[in-house]
Amino acid sequence: MQSVSESAAAGRPKTSITLMVNGQRHTLDVEPRWLLSDVLRHQLGLTGTHVGCEQGVCGSCTVLLDGQPQRSCLMFAVQAEGHDITTVEGLTPEQGLSPLQAAFERHHALQCGFCTPGMIVTVEALLRENADPDEETIREVLSGNICRCTGYQSIVAAVQDAARVRRESGAAKLEVAAKGQNEAAGGEQA
Amino acid sequence: MKPISFSYYRPKSLAEALDILAQEEEAKVIAGGQSLVPLMNFRLSRPKTLVDINGLRELAAVEADGGVLRIGALVRHQELLAHPLVVQHFPALAAAAAEIGHWAIRTRGTIGGSLVHADPAAELPAATVAHRGVLVLTSAHGERRVDADAFFYGYLMTDIAPDELLTAVELPLPSGVRYGFAEHARRPGDFALAGAFVEVAEAGHAGAVTWFGVGGRPDRQEMELSPDAASRGRQFAAALAELDGPEDEVEARYRRQLAAVAAEQAYQRAIASGRGN
Repeated sequence: MQSVSESAAAGRPKTSITLMVNGQRHTLDVEPRWLLSDVLRHQLGLTGTHVGCEQGVCGSCTVLLDGQPQRSCLMFAVQAEGHDITTVEGLTPEQGLSPLQAAFERHHALQCGFCTPGMIVTVEALLRENADPDEETIREVLSGNICRCTGYQSIVAAVQDAARVRRESGAAKLEVAAKGQNEAAGGEQA
Repeated sequence: MKPISFSYYRPKSLAEALDILAQEEEAKVIAGGQSLVPLMNFRLSRPKTLVDINGLRELAAVEADGGVLRIGALVRHQELLAHPLVVQHFPALAAAAAEIGHWAIRTRGTIGGSLVHADPAAELPAATVAHRGVLVLTSAHGERRVDADAFFYGYLMTDIAPDELLTAVELPLPSGVRYGFAEHARRPGDFALAGAFVEVAEAGHAGAVTWFGVGGRPDRQEMELSPDAASRGRQFAAALAELDGPEDEVEARYRRQLAAVAAEQAYQRAIASGRGN
């Protein structure tokens, strides 16, 4: 996987860090230059976090850092120490699919699936802040996650459906009450 | 590509951060990293040392004091666009912050990082020039304050010295003037092709336009703004002709045209913000 030779790698000092990922504590040795996205995948085996562009544009590596969506390719793993990291694995039940994932399946909101983990992570953060986002808000949020095969129509439909399911189940209401409704997720308050 | 190796420091105090910057050669400060890390991933930026200031919470405050809004360098774009003091006193700045990148970029990127990076198409350098802000630069030798207009030299170049840290930007609270903002980008979240902040006096026609995306740095031009739209359009075109645009003639013409459209929209928003109150 890595083309770095043993001798070259041996000269690079590593530092020991502790990462909190999906509620589990991991202590591991990393080079400071290792991106969080690569450490999640290569050191922790959490390959649901995808790496597309490595410049923050595509959104497929999005994770939650203390509940906020962030690009794991634009952060070094050493910087994530002391923060709670949630990957798509942490949003997936032991058995079956989360309500949001199930909605993606129902609406055929994916084809190749490469962008899907980033979509799920981003939208999960949205629905925690805003239980009933309008279509414009959903599209604005999804503009940071590039899908190149499905098109956004079915993805937007899946998000709206998932929001409805969550509201009806009542789970979303409790979270909203706890966090306070944050319209900032919509962005466009000109 | 992956970044080259570097030494990583996570100072616990501002003094410690400044000491590291004074001692280490080719050290680079990392805050949000939303511009720096892509450059490092492509190895366009190869710092030997990274000084991570994310732990310096004293740089993350927004406070109004003595007619000035002081915004700490570590304030993230998503905090900026929703902060009550920013929304109240600087609605055009709040609107501009909402146009930066995407949600997952705005939750991490900082105002200090954007100002020091000085991309000519970025919103916050232009907003700072438009609002006649002052940048507070701190080093182990002390503090100096630089007007935003003098801070930005050109494409990705500023007045900051290698051992200095931008700790805050101070914006005088507007009095008797209103601001509007507009920009045009190919897709939401992209850097703007061109944009403008327009300042209009509540009485009379005095005003100013701060352009970005056209030249290598934000440019603020004071002008009497005609109440007649057609005359204003000619004013904007004449003002834009004075700026150094991109070398490619077609691109330069296109960007100037978009900038003029943005200025008119920004003007309308500035006027409308007066009616709203």
